Amino acid sequence: MNILAAPPTAAAPVIAGRSLWQDALARLLRNRAAMVSLVVLAVIALLALLAPWISPHAFDDVFWDDIRMPPDFVKAHWFGTDANGRDLFARTLYGGRVSLLVGVAATTVSLLIGVTYGAIAGYFGGRIDSMMMRLVDVLYSLPFLFFVILLMVVFGRHIVLIFVAIGAVEWLTMARIVRGQTLSIKRREFIEAALAGGVSTAKIIRRHIIPNTIGPVIVYVTLTIPQVILMESFLSFLGLGVQEPYTSWGVLIADGAAEMETAPWMLVFPAVFLATTLFCFNFIGDGLRDALDPKDR
Amino acid sequence: MWRYSLRRLASAVPTLFAVITVAFFMMRLAPGGPFDRDRMPTPEVEANIRKAYNLDEPLVVQYGIYLSNLLRGDLGPSFKYQDYTVVELIRNGFPVSFRIGITAITLALIVGGAFGVLAALRQNSLIDHAVMAVAMIGITVPNFVMAPLMALIIGVYLRLLPAGGYGGGSLRNLIMPTIALALPQVAYVARLTRGSMIEVLRSNYIRTARAKGLPRRLVVGRHALRAAFLPVVSYLGPAIAGIITGSVVIETIFGIPGIGRYFVQGALNRDYTLVMGVVIFYGTLIIVLNLLVDLAYGLLDPKIRYD
Repeated sequence: MNILAAPPTAAAPVIAGRSLWQDALARLLRNRAAMVSLVVLAVIALLALLAPWISPHAFDDVFWDDIRMPPDFVKAHWFGTDANGRDLFARTLYGGRVSLLVGVAATTVSLLIGVTYGAIAGYFGGRIDSMMMRLVDVLYSLPFLFFVILLMVVFGRHIVLIFVAIGAVEWLTMARIVRGQTLSIKRREFIEAALAGGVSTAKIIRRHIIPNTIGPVIVYVTLTIPQVILMESFLSFLGLGVQEPYTSWGVLIADGAAEMETAPWMLVFPAVFLATTLFCFNFIGDGLRDALDPKDR
Repeated sequence: MWRYSLRRLASAVPTLFAVITVAFFMMRLAPGGPFDRDRMPTPEVEANIRKAYNLDEPLVVQYGIYLSNLLRGDLGPSFKYQDYTVVELIRNGFPVSFRIGITAITLALIVGGAFGVLAALRQNSLIDHAVMAVAMIGITVPNFVMAPLMALIIGVYLRLLPAGGYGGGSLRNLIMPTIALALPQVAYVARLTRGSMIEVLRSNYIRTARAKGLPRRLVVGRHALRAAFLPVVSYLGPAIAGIITGSVVIETIFGIPGIGRYFVQGALNRDYTLVMGVVIFYGTLIIVLNLLVDLAYGLLDPKIRYD
C-alpha cells in the first residue's frame, strides 16, 4: 500500500481503521453510568409506549369503591389510586407518554430552529452574525418561563402549543453551539471546494455545514430533552400545562402534592419516575459528551 | 466603563420595548376575555365594564394608553383583584419575594462555594464524590418535587417546621421555602466552584505561591479563591433568573404571598394586566441585575477592560 496515498488522518494503517464514531461508541459502551441509564430509560420508555397493553386498567377509569387506595396487589392497583379513584399505575404510564412525547417533540422544534439559526449566523459571519447573536444574548437574559406562561395564558392550554412554546425558547443554546462549530468548519478545504464547484449557499449550509456539527448537537439534544420535560412538568404542576383527563408527570406530582398528607403514594410514584428519567438523560448526555469530546477527560 | 454601562443600558431599552409590545398584543389577541364567567352579566353592565377598562377602544389606542401609563409607572388596575392596581400588588408581593430570594442567593454562594472548594481540595476523595452526588441530585430533582417532599417529611411527619403558610413572615415559616429555593443553585455553584478551583490549583502562580512556602490556608484563601470564584460571578445572572422562576413554584407550594404566587393566580384567572405587569417588572429587574453582574465581573477580573 502506498503510504503517500493514504489520507493524513489515517496514521497507522496496520491497525484496522477505527472511525471517530466507532471510537466514540467504544468509549460510550465503557461508561457504566451511561449504559445503565440507557437501559433504565429504555424500560421507562417501553412501559410508557406499551401502557395500554401493560396496565390492567384504563387511565381514566374511575373505581368508586377504591378512592385514595394505597398500593394494592389484589385489585391490581400496583401504585394505588388517586383522589378520583383512578388507577395510579396506568396514570403514571400515560403521564410518561405525554412527558416523553413533549420532551422529544419540543426538542425537535428547538433543534430545527437552533441549528438553522446558528448555521446561518456562523456561515455569513460579520454584521449578520453579530446582529443575530446579539438577539440571542438579549433573549438569553429574559425570564423565559414567564413568556411560556404568557403564551399559555393567551392561546389556551393546548398540547401542541406546549411543544411549540417550549421548543421556541429552548433553541438559544443550540444556536450558539452550532454557530461556534460553523465558524470553524467554514474555513475548511471542503467548503472551499464546494464554493469553487459553484454549489449554492443554501446547499452548502444544508449539505456540508450542518452534517458536520452533529457531534455536539447530539450531546446537547440529550441534555435538552430533560430540560423540556422539566419545563412541561413545571407548567403542568402550576396548572398551565396538560389538561384533564390527560395527564403528565407534572400534573400527577401536583395532584400528589395536594394530597400528600393522606395519600403520599400519589406524590412518590410519579416523582420517582420523573426524577429517574431526568437522571438517566443527564448521565447519557454526560457520557455522550465524554465519548464524543475526549479532550475533556 | 461608564460608556460601556450606558451602551448596555441603551441596548436594554429596545429589548424592554419589544417585550412590552409582544406581551401586550399577545394578551389582546387571546381568545376569551378576563370577564368570561358562567353567569353572563347584562349587556349594559358588560359594556360599562369594558368601557372602564378601555376595552372598547381600538387595539392601537389601547396600546398607546398602556404605554403612556407605563411611563408614569402605572401598570393599570388588576382585572381580578378588584380595587387593587397591578403596581400595588407588585409592591405588596415584592418585599416578600425579595427577602426569600436574596437569602437563597446568599445561601447558594456561601454553602455552594464552601462545598465546591472542599470537594476541589480533596479531589476524588469520599467527600468529593459525596458532594458531587448530592449536587447531581440537587440539579436533576426539580424543585416542585423537592419542595412537597420536604414539606411532607419535615413539616408533616417530623413536625419540625410548618409545612406551609406565611405566618406573617415569621422565620420558622420561611426556613423551608428559602432552602427549597436555594437548593438547585447551591448545587450549581458547588459544581462550578469545584471545577474552576481544580483548574486554578493547577496553575503556575499557585505553584509559585506554594513553592515560596505560603501556608495552604493562604494559598487557597488569598490566591486561588478569587480566581476560582470568577465563573461563579458570571453564573449569577442565570442564578438570579433561576431564583425568580423558582420562586413562582416555591411560593405556590408553600403559600407565600409573593409576586410569584400572584403571577400564577393571574395566569390561571386570565388577569391580563397583572401577568403583563409581572413579566415587565421581572424583565426589567433581570436586565438591570445582569448589567450589575457584568460590571462586578469587570471589577473582579483585571483582565477584562471595557472600552
